[in-house]
Amino acid sequence: MHIPDGYLSPQTYVPLYGATFVFWAVALRKLKKELSTKHIPFLAMAAAFSFLIMMFNVPIPGGTTGHAVGAGIIAILLGPWTAVIAVSVSLIVQAIVFGDGGITALGANCFNMAVVMPFVCYWVFKLIRGNAIGGARLFTAAFLSGYVGLSVAAIVTGFEFGIQPLIAIGTDGRPLYAPYPLSVAVPAMALEHLLLFSVVEGVVTLLLFKYFVKHEPDLIYALTVKEA
Amino acid sequence: MKSQKKLWIGLFILALLTPLGVILPAKFKAGGAWGEWGPEELEKLIGYVPEGLKKLADLWKAPVPDYNFGGEGASMIIQVISYVASGILGILAVAGLIYVISKLIIKNEK
Repeated sequence: MHIPDGYLSPQTYVPLYGATFVFWAVALRKLKKELSTKHIPFLAMAAAFSFLIMMFNVPIPGGTTGHAVGAGIIAILLGPWTAVIAVSVSLIVQAIVFGDGGITALGANCFNMAVVMPFVCYWVFKLIRGNAIGGARLFTAAFLSGYVGLSVAAIVTGFEFGIQPLIAIGTDGRPLYAPYPLSVAVPAMALEHLLLFSVVEGVVTLLLFKYFVKHEPDLIYALTVKEA
Repeated sequence: MKSQKKLWIGLFILALLTPLGVILPAKFKAGGAWGEWGPEELEKLIGYVPEGLKKLADLWKAPVPDYNFGGEGASMIIQVISYVASGILGILAVAGLIYVISKLIIKNEK
């Protein structure tokens, strides 16, 4: 889901950089208000976790690969705004040091995986959990948080790919950037995630959530903070 | 503090396991991710390299492309070692960046 350089037209990647900058600015302001020195290691761990989990490429036999992002569990544990920063930092290092995701596409990749995803994950968790303080409902909320969050991020990414042939066509009538239309890009991104990669994200979210509920319940933002 | 140590250890174990991310795709004959093809790969799929893509594709030369220190065609063992090294390098890099950001935004208080 790391869009490389060249797949998005400037008409796409510039506005997405803009949108991401707005979220970064707000997230940093919120972090400044709430961050105390003792929280820094947890922020670093969250970014490191997101970085590592994305290295676990899950294969579709004979097909493509994909991976979890970790934004769901981070949003549940540290809150969605903190997740924006943690996942963005991981994506920035991946793009600059490891060439995973483009530099021009970095705003888009952060928008998809570090903005859309943590917020969707957080809302889904809140919505499904309701007032449950334990039991099946709480754990279903954790699984679906990751499952729905990654799926929505993948569909948004597919949409960004798919609108390129509508935006930028060369004089010869061929697409200048990502070549596949919406009718191909969106189903391709949606299906592989709905069927496999998002399930992995859901399971990862659920298992880690269970661990934290059992061992570190005080660290769970979504269970300790009252505001939505 | 004890719980923090445990979580860091967990992350380093995760870094040691990252080679699964190259071994499993190879075992199951899976290619790359959808939409992340290099220009040559894309040419095989659609018969040409889009003009705009050609210009932007090589914009950035990453120091460690694809988490692989061995370059294209590196053996599996080199890729496995590269993955673990990249995982640990990644932990250090993101932690470093988080500390820098944190220092910048909370420098005014104590």
